Amino acid sequence: MTPARGARAGGLSLSLVVGLTAAAFTALIATAASQAGTMALFTPYVGRVVRFTLLQAAASTVLSVIPALIVARALARRRAFPGRRLTLRLFALPLALPQIVAVLGVVEIWGRQGLVNRAGELFGLGPAIDIYGLTGILIAHVFFNLPLASRLFVSALERVPGESWRLAAQLGFDGRAVWRLIEWPVLKSQLAAVAGLVFMLCVASFTVVLTLGGGPRATTIEVAIYQALRFDFDPGLAVRLALMQLVLTGTLVLAGVRITQTPETAAGLDRRIVRPDGATPLARLIDALAIASALIITVPVFAAILLSGLTAPLVRLALEPDVWQASATSLAIASMAALLAIALAWPLGELAASGGEPAAGRSLRLFGGASQLASSLVLVMPPVVLGAGWFVLLLRVPGGINLGFGVVIVINALMAVPFVTRVLGPAIGESRARHDRLCASLGIGGLARLRLIDWPVLRRPLSVALAFALALSLGDLGAIALFGSEHLVTLPLLLYQRLGSYRVNDAAGLALFLGLLCLAIMALAERTARRDSGI
Amino acid sequence: MTAAGIRLDEVAFARADYACLFDMKVPAGALVAVVGPSGAGKSTLLDLIAGFEEPQTGRILIAGRDVTHQPPAARPVSMLFQDNNLFAHLNVADNVSLGISPQLALDADDKARVAAALERVGLDGKAMRLPRQLSGGERQRVALARALVRDRPVLLLDEPFAALGPALRHEMAALVAELRNERDLTVLLVTHEPSDVTGIASHVAFIHEGRIGAFGTPDEVLGGKRNEAVRGYLGLG
Repeated sequence: MTPARGARAGGLSLSLVVGLTAAAFTALIATAASQAGTMALFTPYVGRVVRFTLLQAAASTVLSVIPALIVARALARRRAFPGRRLTLRLFALPLALPQIVAVLGVVEIWGRQGLVNRAGELFGLGPAIDIYGLTGILIAHVFFNLPLASRLFVSALERVPGESWRLAAQLGFDGRAVWRLIEWPVLKSQLAAVAGLVFMLCVASFTVVLTLGGGPRATTIEVAIYQALRFDFDPGLAVRLALMQLVLTGTLVLAGVRITQTPETAAGLDRRIVRPDGATPLARLIDALAIASALIITVPVFAAILLSGLTAPLVRLALEPDVWQASATSLAIASMAALLAIALAWPLGELAASGGEPAAGRSLRLFGGASQLASSLVLVMPPVVLGAGWFVLLLRVPGGINLGFGVVIVINALMAVPFVTRVLGPAIGESRARHDRLCASLGIGGLARLRLIDWPVLRRPLSVALAFALALSLGDLGAIALFGSEHLVTLPLLLYQRLGSYRVNDAAGLALFLGLLCLAIMALAERTARRDSGI
Repeated sequence: MTAAGIRLDEVAFARADYACLFDMKVPAGALVAVVGPSGAGKSTLLDLIAGFEEPQTGRILIAGRDVTHQPPAARPVSMLFQDNNLFAHLNVADNVSLGISPQLALDADDKARVAAALERVGLDGKAMRLPRQLSGGERQRVALARALVRDRPVLLLDEPFAALGPALRHEMAALVAELRNERDLTVLLVTHEPSDVTGIASHVAFIHEGRIGAFGTPDEVLGGKRNEAVRGYLGLG
């Protein structure tokens, strides 16, 4: 691509991303303005919902991040622990699974009929845990975020230079000195970023709260938006809630929170490290307990998904037209959303790369910065808020609500853009830095450059990005919950409907299918990526 | 402090794709330039003496005492690395203080020693700086100051000046030589540039394919009667 054509393509996709987001935003503002006279922005109900959103997010963050510090330290210093690598891989699973699938597993373990309560009854304690409400939301959020935070902390600890450990050995550090002088400074530097990330994920949590919360006592803003649009048919309320959510997420993004951090899997690097600490019986006990509790929170949930899925009426499900229909819809939406996400993110990456070049003109540089802004813009607008905007917009178009299929694709694509840019951006930048001058001097341009130079280099990051976007869209329940109908049902929505009509066995079977589908896609991508980096 | 000799007695060490066997006797108070091709085992030699690696067989003696199975902190050794000698979040004084107490619990005497060591390496007035506010040469001086307060008779330096320019390299080499004379240290210094240590080294150890290829005075090892491997290393055919 020539620089001029590249900039035009970049400009086009930039205006598309901004335009699609801005349309939703404008619709929200316009609706709010048209009803401004008739209602206050901040009713007691809205206040209650906002308070609960913040409360559950704060509690989830504390419960996930602080134990993660101890778990990460244990995993980082028990390098000889045989299950170490497996544990770290297991810790990547909760985020790779569609949330609705994981929630089903959480219910199997912690629900009324679940393992924990049945064990409680056996000991005469009665059903001790009520999964529906704050408790369940916290359990599910810890299930997702404790492993994520642990992985991020472990990878921070593994970036400690080898010399530091040798120095510690030479200077005779004990466990306390290692914690104070090496581990804590590193963890502290990551603490704000990790806590911010977890808080943001919990503030924008939809599926968990929809399935385990609900009701006036335990509703977050996102779920309240959904209820206002789909049950109370109160677009005004939805708009006010959406604006509250925008203020919240906007503040977090301005404060520097990024949700696109992908933990690096440095677990494979086996550089020999001599650690002077951790040999005392107390240290061993603490580490064993930390790792064991983290595994107790995660492993049974995976096992439950697998076992209850396998005992589900799989044959009957496989013969049901509804299941076929939902699978086809899911695959169609996901593949189109993923392609659209890449079509939008690739030119944005090119633009960002040209904007960063020293020779870039002022307008190009401005554009480059703007394309990075576009990703943040998407972060400020979580899918349900984006959906709410489009929902009120389409209400004004006759028959507009039938455009659901297309809108879900667009929302899913926009959701994926920050993640795709995150994978593609650096690859594009590196390829351009390495090849631009060489290509210019050899006169390689246009399609020849795409075929000979860019494609071989970008093929692998592209497939990783594609897998990311596919899995994200396959697991999405936010957009489809808003726009779904009798005629528009994806797998996660079908799963949610079966769960809602107490056909738990059906739900378990669908969850296994959906979970395996997403994991297979992610595993394929991870393998490609690993082959690429030569590990 | 009396100087300490180092004896490596048939010290064998192997990893998956790598093996070495060192046998050598470093006289007390020597300043040994350790030279040789990349991957020959120069750093492994130092790691074995410092205790970061443990040999499969053989013995290591320092000042006549067997230290083969002692942990690094118990050995009479300080070591400087090429990089990352300092903790980035601690200031200069604290980094040096770690040589006295890992808990940073220092009395007035200790603090005076830290100040004196910093003055000796030419860093007085920079005690409160953070490592990132120092130049590469200054950072290595801080590490030297920490070695001074640790007060161990053996000093190992693993390419400590590789990241510095030629003038600074000579200045630092001169400082190491002075400290060795003042403190009666036995010094092993790995370098890629034999010229860095010309004039200060009392001995040269040439490491070749995991063995001591030659050991002697600079003139014996690098001079007219050098052996074939050394000639190849120096590029003299």
